[in-house]
Amino acid sequence: MRTQSSGYFEHDADVGIIGRGGTVEQAFEAAAEAMFGIVTDLDTVRPSIAVTIEFEETDPEFALISWLNLLLGRGRELGVVFSRFHLRRDGDRWRAEVSGEKWRAGLERGVEVKGATLTMLSVKQTGPIWEARCIVDV
Amino acid sequence: MNLDQLRQLRAYLWTFPRQPGEKRAEVLLYGTAPLLGSMDDKVLEQIAQVASLPGLVGAALTMPDAHWGYGFPIGGVAAFDAEQGGVISAGGVGFDISCGIRFLRSNLDLGDATSRFGQLANTLFQAIPAGVGEEGHIKLNPAQLDQLLQEGAYWAVKHGYGNTADLEYIEERGRVAGAMPDHVSELAKKRQRGEMGTLGSGNHYLEVQVVDRIHDAAAAAAFGLHEGQIVISIHCGSRGLGHQIGTDYLVMLAKAAGRVGIRVPSRELACAPIKSPEGQQYIGAMNAAINCALANRQILTHLTRIACAKVYPHAEFETLFDVSHNTCKVEMHEIDGNPRLLHVHRKGATRALGPGNAMLPERYRAVGQPVVIGGSMGTGSYVLAGASGNAAFDSASHGAGRAMSRNKALARWNGRELVDDLAHQGILIRTRSLRGVAEEAPGAYKDVDLVAEVTEQAGLARRVAFLRPKVCVKG
Repeated sequence: MRTQSSGYFEHDADVGIIGRGGTVEQAFEAAAEAMFGIVTDLDTVRPSIAVTIEFEETDPEFALISWLNLLLGRGRELGVVFSRFHLRRDGDRWRAEVSGEKWRAGLERGVEVKGATLTMLSVKQTGPIWEARCIVDV
Repeated sequence: MNLDQLRQLRAYLWTFPRQPGEKRAEVLLYGTAPLLGSMDDKVLEQIAQVASLPGLVGAALTMPDAHWGYGFPIGGVAAFDAEQGGVISAGGVGFDISCGIRFLRSNLDLGDATSRFGQLANTLFQAIPAGVGEEGHIKLNPAQLDQLLQEGAYWAVKHGYGNTADLEYIEERGRVAGAMPDHVSELAKKRQRGEMGTLGSGNHYLEVQVVDRIHDAAAAAAFGLHEGQIVISIHCGSRGLGHQIGTDYLVMLAKAAGRVGIRVPSRELACAPIKSPEGQQYIGAMNAAINCALANRQILTHLTRIACAKVYPHAEFETLFDVSHNTCKVEMHEIDGNPRLLHVHRKGATRALGPGNAMLPERYRAVGQPVVIGGSMGTGSYVLAGASGNAAFDSASHGAGRAMSRNKALARWNGRELVDDLAHQGILIRTRSLRGVAEEAPGAYKDVDLVAEVTEQAGLARRVAFLRPKVCVKG
């Protein structure tokens, strides 16, 4: 059974994102899918450009925010929309291989995400499932 | 919002009484029972948390268009005194630092313009980079960007984007002091590389409007507005640079709060004492982002003029005003009869200086500062003038305010159908994101007429003119 899934929750002005998985890394990957799912239709994005993202963070909640905001920052820096995420954790060190492609005609234009916020931020494990959630500003 | 929690002090002003032992300052909410009743309880929770921050002066306030935000509620206003341990909060400014509206008046009337609205819509859509993934044509090297972050709209005018007359009608004359580009991260600067002169997405727009109704003839005359006149509103902010500064400092200040002994009820309030190194760094970076936003709207003004000239060769577009609504500004306010220098956070709230304020351009000094309440693409917007005796640190509403989440709007409306329906109503939409149109459906917003009326009756700003949309380039 696939435990990794992404989803959304309600917020008046912005969007609440949820990532779930069997590990905290999988939950973060799913949260990234939820976030970039606001920006475009991920199924149509070709994983032609690969980028490595690394950061250090002890606090899992701050790690989620760092992860999402680094993805947004590098994506905007490179003009790339990411669709695939592979994250690994070694203590406080987080390292990800992510891929996507530059904006082109034919990619759905959704809504730009400005940043991941500390609002409704939580990273928790319930039984075998990790869940990561926060509000992203659009 | 459950109104049973509130006590009405007078018409259009309510308070959220403190519980015994609760240590926070007063919370004041501007609005009517229907407006407040339509707000999420989270608005109250967020503004009460703001009221618990150190060094707050007076009350923590919400405007009539308030809604649930992150950190502060949108429509939240709070002033802090640095000498009393007051704080600066990244959550009190937001990611889109200095998001605001550039408002242009023209010498065109509806009768002259209508027949070419289709051509105008297409020309503007080609000229204005709008929507997610779109880049601008201006690429700056690091030294040029640092210069821009110091000089704001002045930099843009100096480089041929617009004219010096524009600067007179921009807050801070187009350039806020105290910008410190050294405190802006390299990633923030890299994010801005392709984003000067871009509109962005979400609720950002460029809208061609007609002055449909005048409410205050004297103020309208001072603003150079008359019925049937074509005007343009450009709503956008500091783009990727501001977003990254917000990102960088939200986490930094959240971590700093504990280190410097500030107990915040929620991490989202991320703040530091104004006088702390972290606070000063954020203020320097935030001011750089304000200058970035002012330059961005100046460049977009220039691009708009060029596009309009292709359609209406004899048209002229003058800057009526440029006002930001996501800022923290250092201002002098009289508190209990004494002048005090305060850091006034306005998160989704517009500064609204009243008549006689020395910071206003001479032309508007007798009537008050132009204030724009941006409505949805299907309803309209208001121009107001700052009122005398504004008790909310000279602040007013900034928009209609959302009444429905984006997910609900997306489930209810279809973007293509909305664009077609609006075209039947004589409103031409141009967009790269039909999904964005659905999320921004007119029905997803509060009644802008009510918000503007309550803003006036609450003594925050006076209605001057109602603007009806004709052409909208949606971000």
